[in-house]
Amino acid sequence: MTTVDSPSDAALVARDIHKSFGALEVLKGISVTAHEGDVISLIGSSGSGKSTFLRCINLLETPDSGDVWVTGEKIEMRRGRHGAEPADNRQVDRIRARLGMVFQSFNLWSHMTVLQNIIEGPVHVLKEPRAEAIGRAEALLEKVGIADKRDQYPSHLSGGQQQRAAIARALAMRPKVMLFDEPTSALDPELVGEVLRVIRQLTVEGNTMLLVTHEMRFAREVSDRVLFLHEGKVEEEGPPAKVFDNPTSARCRQFLATNY
Amino acid sequence: MELLTFGDTGWGDEMLRGAGVTILLAVGAYLFGIVVGMGGAAMKLSGSGLLRGIAGVYTTVVRGVPELLVIYLLFYGSTPLIIDLASLFGYTGYLEIPPFLAGLLAVGLISGAYSTEVLRGAMQVIPAGQVEAGRAVGLSARQVFFRIKLPQLWRYALPGLGNVWQLTLKDTALVSVISLAELMQIASIAGNSEREPFVFYIAAGMLYLVMTTFSQIIFQRSERVANRGVRRA
Repeated sequence: MTTVDSPSDAALVARDIHKSFGALEVLKGISVTAHEGDVISLIGSSGSGKSTFLRCINLLETPDSGDVWVTGEKIEMRRGRHGAEPADNRQVDRIRARLGMVFQSFNLWSHMTVLQNIIEGPVHVLKEPRAEAIGRAEALLEKVGIADKRDQYPSHLSGGQQQRAAIARALAMRPKVMLFDEPTSALDPELVGEVLRVIRQLTVEGNTMLLVTHEMRFAREVSDRVLFLHEGKVEEEGPPAKVFDNPTSARCRQFLATNY
Repeated sequence: MELLTFGDTGWGDEMLRGAGVTILLAVGAYLFGIVVGMGGAAMKLSGSGLLRGIAGVYTTVVRGVPELLVIYLLFYGSTPLIIDLASLFGYTGYLEIPPFLAGLLAVGLISGAYSTEVLRGAMQVIPAGQVEAGRAVGLSARQVFFRIKLPQLWRYALPGLGNVWQLTLKDTALVSVISLAELMQIASIAGNSEREPFVFYIAAGMLYLVMTTFSQIIFQRSERVANRGVRRA
């Protein structure tokens, strides 16, 4: 085993992930390794499998085969009645707590205030004392620039504010890796900037991140490595300068010609 | 008017006691119905065709035949059934379910069929993304149910459940046919023995109205609490 690919010293390793929905094979063996501090962007047209791949990492989708290690711990799978399934659901809950997920449609809990959204995980998963969780939540709200929205319900926030609250919610878990699933795709164009600013700040601070995005310029600017996915496979992979300026794959060139 | 006074000569105290039985019966049947409805809704949304089928037959039959018939079937059907069951264990005496319990079960099963549909609808409206977000921060399936789904379930279900409550309260009157001394039964007995049925039925009607009006206020308050954070359209 090469040191580069050793699952034990990487923040995140996904190896040879396969996933089908019925007869449709969405992922045909995708691998990625993220070391601490890496920012990796996944680009590609819709239907290329990039979101499904991200969701396979925290098991919101169950991969049919392939392995995932998070901070060196392998997610144990077994054969169930309906195909592959986690061997230990409590391990999955534990692993998920180390992965911060930011969704395209924010998915804030609408019956909780912004603050309650943020302390929910720390209090009920990490079992942090409430006062401590509130203190950290307030600092995070400050950081994403919506301290004044602390006691508002999500429905009273703009899309950009909701997404920043959702980022704060994910950060509150002090995750080892952040997963962003098209975080700006549901936003009005004028609100995209405020969310990208927050994400950019996180990359500067050395967070390990996987980012599925359609914002090509942003991906190029912040990423250490870019993966271009096409029909469930990694078609092109490398540093942003190579992928964006000098792609070897014709499909990648074609994609960038219309999207970049 | 002295017919409705309290004490030996008037029926006021009997009427109020009847109303008390009605309330107990309605509350018991309603809560039982919600428990049945939770189970029924979970079955209707489950992956198992068998469970879906059972819940489907239950709601179709109970909602599709007259409620009085359901009560007769349960009351007259259950007595022989219990005697047969008891004889299997060697007991040969006469047995029957106490009328209050029989009434509670019968009205509760009717109430439960309607609650099943209300709760099933409500469960389907909870956005799947919020459930995923709960799982993604590491909440267990149980925590997601109690902390994400259930609080929002009430929000979507309360208007429908308020309706079911009103129906359940009124359905308790049907139980008078199995000689349970609830409000309707007392009104009927008093009206017949005093030869003033109209007076007593009017009085009973007013008592029912007091109960339903009061409960409407409670439901409106609960809806306001459950709807915190919902932007009014």
